[in-house]
Amino acid sequence: MTRETTDAAPSLTLSGIGHAYLGRTVLDAVDLTLAAGEVAALVGPSGCGKSTLAHIAAGVVEPSRGRVARRYRRHGMVFQDPRLLPWATARANIAYPLRLLGLPRRERRERAEQAAQRVALDRADLDKFPIELSGGMRQRTAIARALAIDPDFVYFDEPFTALDVALKRRMQDLVIEAARGARFGALFITHDLMEAVRIAHRVVVMDAHGRGIAGTRAVPGKPGGRDDGTVYRLVAGFLSDDPLFRHIHDIDERRTP
Amino acid sequence: MTTARAGALLDRLGRVGQFLWSGWAGLAGLALFAALWQAGHERYGDFILPAPLATLAAGLTIAADPAAWELAGQTTLRAVEGFALAAAAGAAGGLAAGYSAATMRLARPILTVLLGVPPIAWIVLAMIWFGSTDGTIITTVLVAATPVVFVGVAEGAVTRDRGLDDMARAFGAGPLARLTTLGLRHVAAFLFPALTVALGSAFKVAVMAELLANTGGIGGALAAARANLDVAEALAWVLIAVAGLIAVEYTLVHPIRSEFERWRNAARPWGVKR
Repeated sequence: MTRETTDAAPSLTLSGIGHAYLGRTVLDAVDLTLAAGEVAALVGPSGCGKSTLAHIAAGVVEPSRGRVARRYRRHGMVFQDPRLLPWATARANIAYPLRLLGLPRRERRERAEQAAQRVALDRADLDKFPIELSGGMRQRTAIARALAIDPDFVYFDEPFTALDVALKRRMQDLVIEAARGARFGALFITHDLMEAVRIAHRVVVMDAHGRGIAGTRAVPGKPGGRDDGTVYRLVAGFLSDDPLFRHIHDIDERRTP
Repeated sequence: MTTARAGALLDRLGRVGQFLWSGWAGLAGLALFAALWQAGHERYGDFILPAPLATLAAGLTIAADPAAWELAGQTTLRAVEGFALAAAAGAAGGLAAGYSAATMRLARPILTVLLGVPPIAWIVLAMIWFGSTDGTIITTVLVAATPVVFVGVAEGAVTRDRGLDDMARAFGAGPLARLTTLGLRHVAAFLFPALTVALGSAFKVAVMAELLANTGGIGGALAAARANLDVAEALAWVLIAVAGLIAVEYTLVHPIRSEFERWRNAARPWGVKR
């Protein structure tokens, strides 16, 4: 019931991470290790600092304390809002990280189109600007952008929170499929336990006040191999029987420390 | 590949056509203005307000004279020199202020002071410093046009999307890459309108400074026309100055700006497009 694949070399190790915004501690003494190829879902109540942790792990935010050891080759990231460049077409948006890598234009184009194909983006939509795309299409573009650089690790920061239920499921399937095909590991931030159980090998629960990791549970079966009944039963079991998940839904993010 | 290129070419041709077609609306506006002018002429007579056609004829006579072209060229050169300096100084300062809050706090009061001083005072000062030379005109233009560019660029830099910055950082972009791929592209959308305004004021201020400092150019010609009480010629010179400004704006500034604003137009439904 505890760790799953700790014997393989870890792809990501966070040790003693602490962070404070304007003197207010949001994270303290967080230790987390992800095995190579492992998809871990990080859950926790709103405002517990899981997004901040993902930003620190991805190198967007410098932590006040602690160390991040990344042993993967290259990571991609998908944010809650798509964060596309409004002035660039979907194709140019997908190719943006490739441009940062300094690849020639032709190769950028080809790899962007391949990535678009993997998330089932229509070729005709690639010449459109983000403003012309629907919410789901934009998030698909953002996922394609993360996949275009051929990453072996991907950070997902609550990527599907703003999408409706049906679209959310399609996007989750897409991520499961992509993770299986490209064999990348992932840290998937979510506050939706159902989503966590569908997508991940392991669910990591964060302390409600950001003071470390409260605990972790391996999810039986493989991502994509669990049917809806199994997922419902697992989630219901976690919520009713497991004390670890007791506080997951009942914290207000506007609380004062 | 070739079909994609042909498609892009067709798209571009379509946009050029749309732009040219929108010229009819502009012509209609100008015709309305000319009609009002003609009405004013018929009411107040030839001496106060010459007819638009008479003014046009006077303008054509001036335009046929090579010496006049030299005068116009002189003014244009001074205005453009001052404008280029103002654009460079304003853009650099605006970027610095947009990216550093401390610079912004220091620059704000200076800007308020600069904008508070009437342009005419600058002309007087510049005349004392530089005498009746190009330096007077260029300094005046520089002082008048820099704040406009500065404010536009600073506003652009301040309103940049920090979410995009974080995204780029997550994909490994350093500060320079973030500035060139995100910051400057965002600022450009604010820079071009500011440059339009700055170019317009550069011409106007240059003509005014020339008239007051008596340093030749279109302003000098205007001063001579005033001394001769030749209203038609004065108006003709104004016409020439405005025509030059319109030519620059519609052949240079507008096409570049619409290229940068393409994505905004993409979302507009048919018929609302210009």
